[in-house]
Amino acid sequence: MALHFELVTPAKQVRSEDVHMVVVPGSEGEFGVLEGHAPFMSTIRDGAVQVFKTEGAAPELIEVRGGFAEVGENGLTVLAEHVEA
Amino acid sequence: MPSLKELKDRIGSVKSTQKITKAKQMVAAAKLRRAQAAAEAGRPYAERLSAVMASLAGKVSGDSAPKLLAGTGSDKRNLLVVVNTDKGLCGGLNSNIVKAAKAKATELLAEGKDVEFYLVGKKGRAPLKREHPQRIGNHFDTSTVKTPGFEEADAIAAELIAMFDDNKFDVAHLIYPTFQSALVQNPTVNQLIPVPSPEGDGDGGDAVVEYEPGEEEILEELLPRYVKTQLFGALLEREASEQGASMTAMDNATRNAGDLINKLTIEYNRRRQAAITTELIEIIAGAEAL
Repeated sequence: MALHFELVTPAKQVRSEDVHMVVVPGSEGEFGVLEGHAPFMSTIRDGAVQVFKTEGAAPELIEVRGGFAEVGENGLTVLAEHVEA
Repeated sequence: MPSLKELKDRIGSVKSTQKITKAKQMVAAAKLRRAQAAAEAGRPYAERLSAVMASLAGKVSGDSAPKLLAGTGSDKRNLLVVVNTDKGLCGGLNSNIVKAAKAKATELLAEGKDVEFYLVGKKGRAPLKREHPQRIGNHFDTSTVKTPGFEEADAIAAELIAMFDDNKFDVAHLIYPTFQSALVQNPTVNQLIPVPSPEGDGDGGDAVVEYEPGEEEILEELLPRYVKTQLFGALLEREASEQGASMTAMDNATRNAGDLINKLTIEYNRRRQAAITTELIEIIAGAEAL
């Protein structure tokens, strides 16, 4: 009961972990991804990706710039051009 | 016949050269590790991007495909993007890249096509200019930054895409060294623009994927990013190749210098011995004559 979340930039793989939920700033609005989400692809706008490690936990914010998100069978992959450290 | 003093100076000079090559070798070895790590860290992104490209490119039909994917409909004017290093002291690396670039250019010219070069890095300029003086186009300088990163790739890609949009060329090839080991760096020629249709489309799962905003919009955003990633990969490979080649070349140079020093030292000692013997003989002969 976990979502596999990967955050990759050209420089390195920032995250690869199992989390509860991730909220991604899509270019047409934010969307939350839970486990078992239908295949989906969206470009993202600059903003914060919110990572919820467990249900109800405070989200961890990761600022990303430019890129897109892909939801597939093996979880959510965010390809970002730049990640604010 | 060099004199004793000349020999001694020669040994001293070779010794200091050896010091330099040895230092350069160690620096390259240290940098190589970092460059290799960077090249490896960049791989997941490139792989993901290609996978996504493959699944998308199959879905967008011929007519509506963006120009970057479909091309201009001609392949007359070719742009060769040659990625060279900025610094020398790395053995045959640059001349191998230049050789590959020249071979590609000759091949294209033989087919009656136009060729223009776009140079990244300093070292390819002179040898290419000698052979194709009128075909050298723009030049991107990477020597001002310590380690070329994504910003440089971004800038190069932006310039190339702008040139493509201005209809300056039809096809672009990327020529860069791929790092295999410290001993082997192979020059590679890849088609950059139009983005080659990835093989094996449709294996991204049968599931219906939803796109936001739309397939074409995403593809349109993806393609420049793909070009950028290719260039970034080339820069990383170049960095690793440069350090690897440099390490090998400098290792050889250090060893050669050592051999030369040994030879010169033997020569020097022999000469010194001969001088002493001559002197002794002179003294003895003088004493006997009395």
